[in-house]
Amino acid sequence: MKRTVPLLITAVVGFTLIGAYFVPYTQSWGETVAIWFDVLAAIAFILGGGNLLRSHLKKISDQQRGWAYSIIVLASFLGTLFVGLGKIGVAPSPQFLEYSWSGPYRQTGSAFWYFYQYAFQPLTSTIFALLAFYIASAAFRAFRAKNLEAILLLATAFIVLLGRTFAGVALTGWIDPANWEGFRHFTGLRLENLTVYIMAVFNTAGNRAIMIGIALGIVATSLKILIGVDRSYLGKD
Amino acid sequence: MPQTGWFDPTRIWFFGLLVMLCGAVLAYIFAARRGMRINVRRIAGLEAVDDAVGRATEMGRSCLYIPGVQDMNDIQTIASLTVLARVAKTAAEYDARVEIPTTRSLVMTAARETVQAAYLAAGRPEAFSPDQVYYVTDEQFGYVAYVQGLMVRERPAACFYMGSFFAESLILAEMGNSVGAIQIAGTAQPAQLPFFVAACDYTLIGEEFFAASAYLSGEPDQLGSLKGQDVGKLIVGAGIITGVAAETIAGLTGSVAVRSFVDFLINRVLT
Repeated sequence: MKRTVPLLITAVVGFTLIGAYFVPYTQSWGETVAIWFDVLAAIAFILGGGNLLRSHLKKISDQQRGWAYSIIVLASFLGTLFVGLGKIGVAPSPQFLEYSWSGPYRQTGSAFWYFYQYAFQPLTSTIFALLAFYIASAAFRAFRAKNLEAILLLATAFIVLLGRTFAGVALTGWIDPANWEGFRHFTGLRLENLTVYIMAVFNTAGNRAIMIGIALGIVATSLKILIGVDRSYLGKD
Repeated sequence: MPQTGWFDPTRIWFFGLLVMLCGAVLAYIFAARRGMRINVRRIAGLEAVDDAVGRATEMGRSCLYIPGVQDMNDIQTIASLTVLARVAKTAAEYDARVEIPTTRSLVMTAARETVQAAYLAAGRPEAFSPDQVYYVTDEQFGYVAYVQGLMVRERPAACFYMGSFFAESLILAEMGNSVGAIQIAGTAQPAQLPFFVAACDYTLIGEEFFAASAYLSGEPDQLGSLKGQDVGKLIVGAGIITGVAAETIAGLTGSVAVRSFVDFLINRVLT
Protein backbone atom coordinates (compact mmCIF):
# COMPACT_ATOMS: atom_id res chain seq x y z
CA MET A 1 0.00 0.00 0.00
CA LYS A 2 2.86 2.35 0.86
CA ARG A 3 4.23 1.86 -2.64
CA THR A 4 0.98 1.35 -4.60
CA VAL A 5 -0.69 4.65 -3.72
CA PRO A 6 2.29 6.88 -4.73
CA LEU A 7 2.66 4.87 -7.95
CA LEU A 8 -1.02 5.34 -8.76
CA ILE A 9 -0.88 9.07 -8.06
CA THR A 10 2.26 9.35 -10.22
CA ALA A 11 0.67 7.46 -13.11
CA VAL A 12 -2.66 9.30 -13.05
CA VAL A 13 -1.15 12.78 -12.70
CA GLY A 14 1.65 12.05 -15.19
CA PHE A 15 -0.55 10.71 -17.97
CA THR A 16 -3.17 13.41 -17.36
CA LEU A 17 -0.55 16.14 -17.77
CA ILE A 18 0.89 14.54 -20.91
CA GLY A 19 -2.62 14.43 -22.38
CA ALA A 20 -3.31 17.98 -21.22
CA TYR A 21 -0.36 19.26 -23.24
CA PHE A 22 -2.17 18.35 -26.47
CA VAL A 23 -5.62 19.71 -25.57
CA PRO A 24 -5.97 23.49 -25.98
CA TYR A 25 -8.35 23.85 -23.05
CA THR A 26 -6.02 22.08 -20.60
CA GLN A 27 -2.62 23.31 -21.79
CA SER A 28 -2.23 25.56 -18.73
CA TRP A 29 -2.61 22.63 -16.31
CA GLY A 30 1.13 21.99 -16.41
CA GLU A 31 1.82 25.52 -15.14
CA THR A 32 -0.81 25.13 -12.42
CA VAL A 33 0.78 21.91 -11.21
CA ALA A 34 4.20 23.59 -11.23
CA ILE A 35 2.72 26.24 -8.89
CA TRP A 36 1.35 23.47 -6.63
CA PHE A 37 4.83 21.99 -6.53
CA ASP A 38 6.27 25.35 -5.50
CA VAL A 39 3.75 25.55 -2.66
CA LEU A 40 4.67 22.03 -1.57
CA ALA A 41 8.39 22.84 -1.76
CA ALA A 42 7.84 26.02 0.28
CA ILE A 43 6.10 24.01 3.01
CA ALA A 44 8.98 21.54 2.87
CA PHE A 45 11.28 24.37 3.97
CA ILE A 46 9.90 23.79 7.46
CA LEU A 47 11.02 20.18 7.19
CA GLY A 48 14.47 21.29 6.01
CA GLY A 49 14.79 23.94 8.69
CA GLY A 50 13.78 21.42 11.36
CA ASN A 51 16.35 18.94 10.09
CA LEU A 52 19.03 21.63 10.03
CA LEU A 53 18.30 22.61 13.64
CA ARG A 54 18.19 19.00 14.79
CA SER A 55 21.40 17.87 13.10
CA HIS A 56 23.46 20.89 14.21
CA LEU A 57 22.09 20.85 17.76
CA LYS A 58 23.07 17.18 17.93
CA LYS A 59 26.58 18.01 16.69
CA ILE A 60 26.93 20.68 19.37
CA SER A 61 25.56 18.49 22.17
CA ASP A 62 27.80 15.55 21.14
CA GLN A 63 30.73 17.94 20.61
CA GLN A 64 31.48 16.23 17.29
CA ARG A 65 34.44 17.35 15.21
CA GLY A 66 33.78 20.85 13.87
CA TRP A 67 30.92 21.50 16.33
CA ALA A 68 31.94 25.15 16.61
CA TYR A 69 30.92 25.61 12.96
CA SER A 70 27.46 24.38 13.91
CA ILE A 71 27.12 27.24 16.38
CA ILE A 72 27.88 29.69 13.55
CA VAL A 73 25.37 27.95 11.27
CA LEU A 74 22.61 28.04 13.88
CA ALA A 75 23.33 31.65 14.87
CA SER A 76 23.28 32.72 11.21
CA PHE A 77 20.15 30.73 10.44
CA LEU A 78 18.16 31.95 13.44
CA GLY A 79 19.44 35.52 13.09
CA THR A 80 18.45 35.72 9.41
CA LEU A 81 15.11 34.09 10.13
CA PHE A 82 14.42 36.59 12.92
CA VAL A 83 15.29 39.72 10.94
CA GLY A 84 13.50 38.42 7.84
CA LEU A 85 10.27 37.35 9.50
CA GLY A 86 10.32 40.27 11.91
CA LYS A 87 11.08 42.74 9.08
CA ILE A 88 13.57 44.48 11.31
CA GLY A 89 14.42 47.95 10.03
CA VAL A 90 11.75 47.88 7.32
CA ALA A 91 9.90 51.16 6.77
CA PRO A 92 6.14 50.88 6.16
CA SER A 93 4.89 50.91 2.59
CA PRO A 94 3.66 54.40 1.51
CA GLN A 95 0.28 52.86 0.63
CA PHE A 96 -0.23 51.38 4.12
CA LEU A 97 1.56 53.73 6.49
CA GLU A 98 -0.58 52.66 9.45
CA TYR A 99 0.83 49.11 9.21
CA SER A 100 4.47 49.09 10.36
CA TRP A 101 5.14 45.71 8.71
CA SER A 102 3.75 46.59 5.30
CA GLY A 103 7.14 47.18 3.63
CA PRO A 104 8.98 44.41 1.75
CA TYR A 105 11.37 42.36 3.88
CA ARG A 106 14.22 42.92 1.38
CA GLN A 107 13.81 46.68 1.44
CA THR A 108 17.07 48.58 1.00
CA GLY A 109 18.46 49.49 4.41
CA SER A 110 16.61 46.78 6.31
CA ALA A 111 18.51 44.36 8.56
CA PHE A 112 17.79 41.51 6.17
CA TRP A 113 19.15 43.57 3.28
CA TYR A 114 22.35 44.24 5.23
CA PHE A 115 22.77 40.54 5.94
CA TYR A 116 22.23 39.74 2.28
CA GLN A 117 24.34 42.52 0.85
CA TYR A 118 27.30 42.46 3.20
CA ALA A 119 27.49 38.84 4.41
CA PHE A 120 25.67 36.44 2.11
CA GLN A 121 26.59 37.92 -1.25
CA PRO A 122 30.34 38.31 -0.60
CA LEU A 123 30.49 34.77 0.76
CA THR A 124 28.75 33.21 -2.25
CA SER A 125 30.87 35.30 -4.61
CA THR A 126 33.99 34.02 -2.86
CA ILE A 127 32.97 30.40 -3.33
CA PHE A 128 32.06 31.07 -6.96
CA ALA A 129 35.43 32.75 -7.52
CA LEU A 130 37.16 29.51 -6.52
CA LEU A 131 35.93 28.13 -9.83
CA ALA A 132 38.61 30.09 -11.70
CA PHE A 133 41.39 28.24 -9.86
CA TYR A 134 39.68 24.87 -10.20
CA ILE A 135 39.23 25.39 -13.95
CA ALA A 136 42.98 26.00 -14.23
CA SER A 137 43.89 22.83 -12.30
CA ALA A 138 41.32 20.70 -14.18
CA ALA A 139 42.50 22.08 -17.55
CA PHE A 140 46.10 21.31 -16.64
CA ARG A 141 45.20 17.64 -16.10
CA ALA A 142 42.78 17.37 -19.03
CA PHE A 143 45.16 18.89 -21.58
CA ARG A 144 48.21 16.77 -20.85
CA ALA A 145 49.32 15.28 -24.18
CA LYS A 146 49.33 11.62 -23.11
CA ASN A 147 47.99 10.06 -26.32
CA LEU A 148 46.65 10.99 -29.74
CA GLU A 149 43.17 11.91 -28.47
CA ALA A 150 44.66 14.11 -25.75
CA ILE A 151 46.92 15.80 -28.30
CA LEU A 152 43.92 16.53 -30.54
CA LEU A 153 42.00 17.89 -27.54
CA LEU A 154 44.96 20.03 -26.54
CA ALA A 155 45.40 21.41 -30.06
CA THR A 156 41.68 22.19 -30.40
CA ALA A 157 41.55 23.83 -26.99
CA PHE A 158 44.63 25.87 -27.85
CA ILE A 159 43.02 27.17 -31.05
CA VAL A 160 39.70 27.97 -29.35
CA LEU A 161 41.32 29.68 -26.36
CA LEU A 162 43.73 31.67 -28.48
CA GLY A 163 41.07 32.55 -31.06
CA ARG A 164 39.03 34.26 -28.38
CA THR A 165 41.81 36.58 -27.30
CA PHE A 166 43.23 39.71 -28.88
CA ALA A 167 46.59 37.96 -29.24
CA GLY A 168 44.97 35.19 -31.32
CA VAL A 169 43.38 37.70 -33.67
CA ALA A 170 46.66 39.60 -33.99
CA LEU A 171 48.73 36.45 -34.61
CA THR A 172 46.89 35.51 -37.79
CA GLY A 173 45.72 38.98 -38.76
CA TRP A 174 48.18 38.97 -41.66
CA ILE A 175 46.00 36.43 -43.51
CA ASP A 176 44.17 39.30 -45.09
CA PRO A 177 43.21 39.76 -48.78
CA ALA A 178 44.39 43.37 -48.36
CA ASN A 179 47.98 42.04 -48.04
CA TRP A 180 47.74 39.59 -50.88
CA GLU A 181 44.75 38.80 -53.12
CA GLY A 182 45.39 35.04 -52.80
CA PHE A 183 44.66 35.16 -49.04
CA ARG A 184 40.93 35.47 -49.76
CA HIS A 185 40.85 31.68 -50.04
CA PHE A 186 42.55 31.24 -46.66
CA THR A 187 40.72 33.64 -44.35
CA GLY A 188 39.10 30.58 -42.72
CA LEU A 189 42.52 29.78 -41.25
CA ARG A 190 42.55 32.93 -39.14
CA LEU A 191 42.34 31.83 -35.50
CA GLU A 192 39.11 33.70 -34.76
CA ASN A 193 37.45 32.09 -37.80
CA LEU A 194 38.79 28.63 -36.91
CA THR A 195 37.36 29.08 -33.42
CA VAL A 196 33.93 29.92 -34.79
CA TYR A 197 34.13 26.92 -37.17
CA ILE A 198 35.13 24.48 -34.42
CA MET A 199 32.42 25.72 -32.07
CA ALA A 200 29.68 25.89 -34.70
CA VAL A 201 30.38 22.58 -36.43
CA PHE A 202 32.24 20.03 -34.28
CA ASN A 203 31.15 21.28 -30.88
CA THR A 204 27.51 21.80 -31.87
CA ALA A 205 27.32 18.40 -33.56
CA GLY A 206 28.71 16.62 -30.50
CA ASN A 207 26.52 18.62 -28.17
CA ARG A 208 23.39 17.84 -30.16
CA ALA A 209 24.19 14.13 -30.21
CA ILE A 210 24.39 14.20 -26.41
CA MET A 211 21.17 16.23 -26.21
CA ILE A 212 19.29 13.75 -28.41
CA GLY A 213 20.49 10.87 -26.22
CA ILE A 214 19.40 12.77 -23.11
CA ALA A 215 15.96 13.54 -24.57
CA LEU A 216 15.39 9.89 -25.44
CA GLY A 217 16.65 8.86 -22.00
CA ILE A 218 14.22 11.27 -20.35
CA VAL A 219 11.28 9.91 -22.39
CA ALA A 220 12.14 6.28 -21.54
CA THR A 221 12.84 7.00 -17.86
CA SER A 222 9.65 9.04 -17.46
CA LEU A 223 7.60 6.30 -19.10
CA LYS A 224 9.16 3.62 -16.89
CA ILE A 225 8.33 5.65 -13.80
CA LEU A 226 4.77 6.40 -14.94
CA ILE A 227 3.95 2.76 -15.66
CA GLY A 228 5.73 1.60 -12.51
CA VAL A 229 8.44 -0.46 -14.21
CA ASP A 230 11.15 1.55 -12.46
CA ARG A 231 10.44 1.70 -8.74
CA SER A 232 14.00 1.89 -7.52
CA TYR A 233 13.53 5.51 -6.38
CA LEU A 234 10.89 4.18 -4.00
CA GLY A 235 13.28 1.50 -2.83
CA LYS A 236 11.48 -1.28 -4.76
CA ASP A 237 8.79 -3.54 -3.26
CA MET B 1 -8.29 34.54 -27.35
CA PRO B 2 -8.40 31.05 -25.80
CA GLN B 3 -8.05 28.10 -28.15
CA THR B 4 -10.91 25.63 -28.38
CA GLY B 5 -11.27 22.07 -29.64
CA TRP B 6 -10.15 18.70 -28.39
CA PHE B 7 -6.73 18.61 -29.99
CA ASP B 8 -4.10 21.22 -30.75
CA PRO B 9 -3.27 20.58 -34.45
CA THR B 10 0.08 22.39 -34.17
CA ARG B 11 1.30 19.60 -31.88
CA ILE B 12 0.23 16.65 -34.03
CA TRP B 13 3.79 15.83 -35.18
CA PHE B 14 5.11 15.97 -31.65
CA PHE B 15 2.25 13.72 -30.59
CA GLY B 16 3.09 11.27 -33.38
CA LEU B 17 6.77 11.16 -32.41
CA LEU B 18 5.86 10.69 -28.76
CA VAL B 19 3.52 7.81 -29.57
CA MET B 20 6.20 6.16 -31.73
CA LEU B 21 8.89 6.51 -29.03
CA CYS B 22 6.67 5.40 -26.16
CA GLY B 23 5.28 2.60 -28.33
CA ALA B 24 8.78 1.33 -29.08
CA VAL B 25 9.77 1.44 -25.40
CA LEU B 26 6.58 -0.38 -24.36
CA ALA B 27 6.90 -2.95 -27.16
CA TYR B 28 10.42 -3.88 -26.08
CA ILE B 29 9.45 -4.00 -22.41
CA PHE B 30 6.74 -6.53 -23.27
CA ALA B 31 9.11 -8.41 -25.60
CA ALA B 32 11.68 -8.61 -22.78
CA ARG B 33 9.00 -9.95 -20.45
CA ARG B 34 8.27 -12.69 -22.97
CA GLY B 35 11.93 -13.71 -22.88
CA MET B 36 13.59 -11.68 -25.63
CA ARG B 37 17.33 -11.58 -24.99
CA ILE B 38 18.69 -8.04 -24.67
CA ASN B 39 22.39 -7.20 -24.64
CA VAL B 40 23.58 -3.98 -23.09
CA ARG B 41 27.07 -2.64 -23.71
CA ARG B 42 29.34 -2.38 -20.71
CA ILE B 43 29.19 1.00 -18.97
CA ALA B 44 32.46 1.45 -17.06
CA GLY B 45 31.08 4.12 -14.72
CA LEU B 46 28.34 1.83 -13.47
CA GLU B 47 30.63 -1.20 -13.22
CA ALA B 48 32.85 0.90 -10.96
CA VAL B 49 30.10 1.65 -8.41
CA ASP B 50 30.66 -1.54 -6.43
CA ASP B 51 34.45 -1.16 -6.64
CA ALA B 52 34.25 2.40 -5.31
CA VAL B 53 32.14 1.37 -2.33
CA GLY B 54 34.46 -1.61 -1.76
CA ARG B 55 37.46 0.71 -1.76
CA ALA B 56 35.81 2.94 0.84
CA THR B 57 35.13 -0.13 2.99
CA GLU B 58 38.73 -1.32 2.77
CA MET B 59 40.07 2.12 3.63
CA GLY B 60 37.62 2.48 6.52
CA ARG B 61 36.36 5.77 5.13
CA SER B 62 32.93 6.95 4.06
CA CYS B 63 31.22 7.33 0.68
CA LEU B 64 29.75 10.70 -0.24
CA TYR B 65 26.69 10.82 -2.48
CA ILE B 66 25.56 14.15 -3.98
CA PRO B 67 22.11 13.88 -5.65
CA GLY B 68 22.45 17.14 -7.60
CA VAL B 69 21.13 20.56 -6.67
CA GLN B 70 17.62 20.37 -8.11
CA ASP B 71 14.35 19.34 -6.52
CA MET B 72 12.23 16.21 -6.97
CA ASN B 73 10.43 17.68 -9.98
CA ASP B 74 13.63 17.23 -12.01
CA ILE B 75 13.92 13.87 -13.75
CA GLN B 76 17.67 13.88 -13.13
CA THR B 77 17.08 13.88 -9.38
CA ILE B 78 14.75 10.89 -9.72
CA ALA B 79 17.33 9.10 -11.89
CA SER B 80 19.92 9.94 -9.24
CA LEU B 81 17.84 8.25 -6.54
CA THR B 82 17.79 5.04 -8.59
CA VAL B 83 21.61 5.02 -8.55
CA LEU B 84 21.57 5.93 -4.86
CA ALA B 85 19.48 2.82 -4.19
CA ARG B 86 22.29 0.68 -5.61
CA VAL B 87 25.08 2.60 -3.85
CA ALA B 88 23.24 2.38 -0.51
CA LYS B 89 22.52 -1.34 -0.96
CA THR B 90 26.18 -2.05 -1.72
CA ALA B 91 27.27 0.12 1.21
CA ALA B 92 24.89 -1.79 3.49
CA GLU B 93 26.24 -5.13 2.28
CA TYR B 94 29.87 -4.02 2.73
CA ASP B 95 29.12 -2.23 6.01
CA ALA B 96 30.41 1.07 4.62
CA ARG B 97 29.04 4.45 5.64
CA VAL B 98 27.35 6.52 2.97
CA GLU B 99 26.55 10.18 3.61
CA ILE B 100 24.00 12.11 1.56
CA PRO B 101 23.81 15.88 2.09
CA THR B 102 20.94 17.39 0.09
CA THR B 103 20.01 20.86 -1.10
CA ARG B 104 16.26 20.29 -0.99
CA SER B 105 13.99 19.12 1.79
CA LEU B 106 11.90 16.95 -0.52
CA VAL B 107 15.02 15.27 -1.91
CA MET B 108 16.11 14.56 1.65
CA THR B 109 12.79 12.87 2.42
CA ALA B 110 12.79 10.83 -0.81
CA ALA B 111 16.46 9.87 -0.44
CA ARG B 112 15.84 8.68 3.12
CA GLU B 113 13.08 6.39 1.87
CA THR B 114 15.36 5.08 -0.87
CA VAL B 115 18.31 4.46 1.45
CA GLN B 116 16.16 2.87 4.13
CA ALA B 117 14.60 0.51 1.58
CA ALA B 118 18.06 -0.31 0.21
CA TYR B 119 19.32 -1.25 3.69
CA LEU B 120 16.22 -3.38 4.15
CA ALA B 121 16.82 -5.09 0.80
CA ALA B 122 20.42 -5.77 1.84
CA GLY B 123 19.12 -7.47 4.98
CA ARG B 124 20.62 -4.88 7.32
CA PRO B 125 17.76 -2.53 8.29
CA GLU B 126 19.33 -1.94 11.72
CA ALA B 127 22.38 -0.35 10.08
CA PHE B 128 20.32 2.46 8.56
CA SER B 129 20.42 5.82 10.30
CA PRO B 130 18.21 8.73 9.18
CA ASP B 131 21.13 11.03 10.00
CA GLN B 132 22.97 9.71 6.92
CA VAL B 133 20.63 11.78 4.77
CA TYR B 134 20.26 15.39 5.78
CA TYR B 135 19.37 18.83 4.51
CA VAL B 136 22.06 21.49 4.24
CA THR B 137 20.68 24.54 2.42
CA ASP B 138 18.84 25.46 -0.75
CA GLU B 139 21.55 27.97 -1.56
CA GLN B 140 23.89 26.66 -4.28
CA PHE B 141 27.22 27.99 -3.00
CA GLY B 142 26.30 27.57 0.65
CA TYR B 143 25.85 23.89 -0.15
CA VAL B 144 29.16 23.82 -2.00
CA ALA B 145 30.95 25.38 0.98
CA TYR B 146 29.45 22.75 3.29
CA VAL B 147 30.35 19.81 1.04
CA GLN B 148 33.89 21.10 0.53
CA GLY B 149 34.35 21.39 4.28
CA LEU B 150 32.94 17.90 4.74
CA MET B 151 35.36 16.49 2.16
CA VAL B 152 38.36 18.12 3.80
CA ARG B 153 37.34 16.93 7.28
CA GLU B 154 36.07 13.42 6.49
CA ARG B 155 38.20 12.66 3.41
CA PRO B 156 35.66 10.29 1.81
CA ALA B 157 37.15 7.43 -0.21
CA ALA B 158 34.41 7.48 -2.85
CA CYS B 159 32.39 10.41 -4.16
CA PHE B 160 29.31 10.07 -6.35
CA TYR B 161 27.87 13.09 -8.16
CA MET B 162 24.62 12.05 -9.80
CA GLY B 163 21.94 14.48 -10.86
CA SER B 164 21.57 18.02 -12.06
CA PHE B 165 24.59 20.25 -11.51
CA PHE B 166 25.57 23.75 -12.47
CA ALA B 167 28.65 25.84 -11.60
CA GLU B 168 29.33 23.74 -8.51
CA SER B 169 30.18 20.63 -10.54
CA LEU B 170 33.87 21.44 -11.00
CA ILE B 171 34.33 22.87 -7.51
CA LEU B 172 33.02 19.65 -5.94
CA ALA B 173 34.82 17.31 -8.32
CA GLU B 174 38.16 19.07 -7.98
CA MET B 175 37.88 19.05 -4.20
CA GLY B 176 37.08 15.32 -4.30
CA ASN B 177 40.08 14.82 -6.55
CA SER B 178 42.34 16.71 -4.15
CA VAL B 179 41.35 14.45 -1.22
CA GLY B 180 42.16 11.38 -3.32
CA ALA B 181 38.62 9.98 -3.60
CA ILE B 182 37.55 7.72 -6.45
CA GLN B 183 34.88 9.74 -8.21
CA ILE B 184 31.91 8.74 -10.35
CA ALA B 185 29.67 11.39 -11.86
CA GLY B 186 26.55 11.35 -13.98
CA THR B 187 24.52 14.24 -15.31
CA ALA B 188 22.33 15.31 -18.19
CA GLN B 189 23.65 18.89 -18.12
CA PRO B 190 25.84 19.01 -21.26
CA ALA B 191 27.65 22.14 -20.06
CA GLN B 192 28.88 20.36 -16.92
CA LEU B 193 30.00 17.13 -18.60
CA PRO B 194 33.48 18.40 -19.60
CA PHE B 195 34.18 19.40 -16.00
CA PHE B 196 33.21 15.99 -14.67
CA VAL B 197 35.18 14.24 -17.41
CA ALA B 198 38.25 16.28 -16.48
CA ALA B 199 38.00 15.82 -12.73
CA CYS B 200 36.33 12.42 -12.15
CA ASP B 201 37.47 8.86 -12.72
CA TYR B 202 34.24 7.85 -14.45
CA THR B 203 31.48 9.93 -15.97
CA LEU B 204 28.03 8.83 -17.10
CA ILE B 205 27.30 10.97 -20.11
CA GLY B 206 23.68 11.95 -20.71
CA GLU B 207 21.72 8.87 -21.68
CA GLU B 208 24.11 6.57 -19.77
CA PHE B 209 22.96 8.30 -16.61
CA PHE B 210 19.32 7.53 -17.42
CA ALA B 211 20.25 3.96 -18.37
CA ALA B 212 21.83 3.43 -14.94
CA SER B 213 18.68 2.14 -13.29
CA ALA B 214 18.10 -0.50 -15.99
CA TYR B 215 21.76 -1.44 -16.17
CA LEU B 216 22.20 -1.84 -12.42
CA SER B 217 18.93 -3.72 -11.88
CA GLY B 218 19.45 -6.09 -14.84
CA GLU B 219 15.67 -6.64 -14.91
CA PRO B 220 14.31 -7.62 -18.36
CA ASP B 221 11.54 -4.99 -18.09
CA GLN B 222 14.02 -2.20 -17.63
CA LEU B 223 16.53 -3.49 -20.17
CA GLY B 224 13.71 -3.62 -22.71
CA SER B 225 13.24 0.11 -22.31
CA LEU B 226 16.86 0.66 -23.37
CA LYS B 227 16.19 -1.23 -26.59
CA GLY B 228 13.14 0.97 -27.12
CA GLN B 229 15.42 4.02 -26.86
CA ASP B 230 17.51 2.58 -29.68
CA VAL B 231 14.43 2.66 -31.91
CA GLY B 232 14.09 6.32 -30.97
CA LYS B 233 17.68 6.87 -32.11
CA LEU B 234 16.89 5.18 -35.42
CA ILE B 235 13.92 7.49 -35.93
CA VAL B 236 16.00 10.55 -35.06
CA GLY B 237 18.86 9.33 -37.27
CA ALA B 238 16.49 8.83 -40.20
CA GLY B 239 15.10 12.33 -39.63
CA ILE B 240 18.59 13.87 -39.56
CA ILE B 241 19.68 12.08 -42.75
CA THR B 242 16.44 13.07 -44.52
CA GLY B 243 16.79 16.69 -43.42
CA VAL B 244 20.47 16.98 -44.35
CA ALA B 245 19.90 15.30 -47.74
CA ALA B 246 16.90 17.51 -48.51
CA GLU B 247 18.71 20.70 -47.49
CA THR B 248 21.74 19.71 -49.60
CA ILE B 249 19.61 18.90 -52.64
CA ALA B 250 17.64 22.12 -52.19
CA GLY B 251 20.89 24.08 -51.99
CA LEU B 252 22.47 22.40 -55.04
CA THR B 253 19.47 22.27 -57.34
CA GLY B 254 17.40 25.21 -56.12
CA SER B 255 14.32 22.99 -56.31
CA VAL B 256 11.25 24.77 -54.93
CA ALA B 257 9.55 21.48 -54.03
CA VAL B 258 12.52 20.24 -51.98
CA ARG B 259 12.89 23.66 -50.34
CA SER B 260 9.24 23.63 -49.30
CA PHE B 261 9.77 20.10 -47.91
CA VAL B 262 12.71 21.41 -45.82
CA ASP B 263 10.58 24.32 -44.60
CA PHE B 264 7.82 21.87 -43.71
CA LEU B 265 10.30 19.77 -41.67
CA ILE B 266 11.61 22.82 -39.83
CA ASN B 267 8.38 24.73 -39.29
CA ARG B 268 5.86 21.94 -38.76
CA VAL B 269 7.61 18.75 -37.69
CA LEU B 270 10.33 20.23 -35.48
CA THR B 271 8.31 22.98 -33.77
